[in-house]
Amino acid sequence: MITKRIIPCLDVRDGKVVKGTNFKGVRDVADPVEMAKFYNDSGADELVFYDITASIEERKIFSEILTSVASQIFIPLTVGGGINTLDDFDRVLKCGADKVSVNSGAIKDPTIIERAAKKYGDQCVVLSTDISLVDGKYHLFTAGGQKDTGIDAIQWIIDGVDHGAGELVVNSIDTDGVKGGFDLDMLDLIASKVNVPIIASGGAGCMEDFAELFKHEGIDAGLAASIFHFKEVDIRELKQYLRDQGVNMRI
Amino acid sequence: MIAIVDYGVGNLFSLQASLKYLGFEAKVTGDKNDLKAADRLILPGVGAFEDAMAKLKATGLVDTIIDETSNGKYLLGICLGMQLLFEKSYEYGEHEGLGLVEGDVVSIEDDLSPTAKGKLKVPHIGWNALTLTETGDDLGRDPLFKYTKNGDCVYFVHSFYGVNCEKSTIATTEYDVTVTAAVRNGTVYGTQFHPEKSGKIGLDILKAFTELK
Repeated sequence: MITKRIIPCLDVRDGKVVKGTNFKGVRDVADPVEMAKFYNDSGADELVFYDITASIEERKIFSEILTSVASQIFIPLTVGGGINTLDDFDRVLKCGADKVSVNSGAIKDPTIIERAAKKYGDQCVVLSTDISLVDGKYHLFTAGGQKDTGIDAIQWIIDGVDHGAGELVVNSIDTDGVKGGFDLDMLDLIASKVNVPIIASGGAGCMEDFAELFKHEGIDAGLAASIFHFKEVDIRELKQYLRDQGVNMRI
Repeated sequence: MIAIVDYGVGNLFSLQASLKYLGFEAKVTGDKNDLKAADRLILPGVGAFEDAMAKLKATGLVDTIIDETSNGKYLLGICLGMQLLFEKSYEYGEHEGLGLVEGDVVSIEDDLSPTAKGKLKVPHIGWNALTLTETGDDLGRDPLFKYTKNGDCVYFVHSFYGVNCEKSTIATTEYDVTVTAAVRNGTVYGTQFHPEKSGKIGLDILKAFTELK
């Protein structure tokens, strides 16, 4: 059977990998190409790159980094950040991305999901969401998790999958950066509503958090950044630990 | 030179990059003469069968591919490129394939057991373990897998799969149904998985392909 996936996420700005806590207080880590190689050697099942730059010049640097990674590392690569049009899909796919993640681009124009799915196939379109519990309801957030759109996040995801999103990255703002474990209630709710792979994001603090995550049927992958970047959790050790716990892992 | 057949389907960046990384000259080409001059051919592909087959036919390369392989040239079809090798596909209708490998292409979803239906996610996306078909010779498995062991994981992305191809199956994987993971008929090979996305194990399979003789 298919293995559960461990995915490090690399936020890239000014040609470097960064990671903030609760999206604030961003700090520099390292060279993205070197880090990608390190994670590939450690047994990462996939890599996610987010381009968190704003300017066109910086976007060019990001494209160069991506091309360099895709020329040396042969595992699936998902790319997000600044994806607003089909031209953006095209740009990152040409640099070697396999899947493209849309977040605020889909909030601005929801038709991009269907148009991209038709052009590149469902498997290529990843819907990424930042979600927080507001007055007992899950709301969809934008602008790096700072702005409440007021949109019902669960319905948003159901609609996104109906329109061709082939995979979901579900990030909980409430657990992100807190390192107290994944937002399992939210993840369970989403898993009960859709039948596409779910990548859980936000909250991983230790190996046990991943073991707890994969007890929940319907969750396919765990994504994290800082705990991997700062070597608090080693991916090789994590995967061996999970396998020992009975989780199906690619070692 | 390895010719990667270009017929306007899919993203060929990783395939070309992986071969280059292994030290081989790989040319993405839709030129007949390149296919004739090449040492080996790779037929890539993503998307829907009918559309891909129509595009391949439109290039006028079908006869060249068939001639070159019947003259003993090695060919590797990858993902949809493997499915095109079969006789027929039942993906949204009934469509004729290249007929280089006996068998048909059918939906995974339709074949799932009642307990898995609606629960197991289709497409089959992710890393899954290979079971290599025993060959009875010294190596014990097909030479495409000379660097591969049973249980090695490779990366799959597909909703349809090859059936009625027992004679040519050289590897399988389990996803409620037994999925045909790789086939071979003479010098014609196909992998349902993406060797160019399967890390070191995938690179080793590509390397083994370049060493087939």
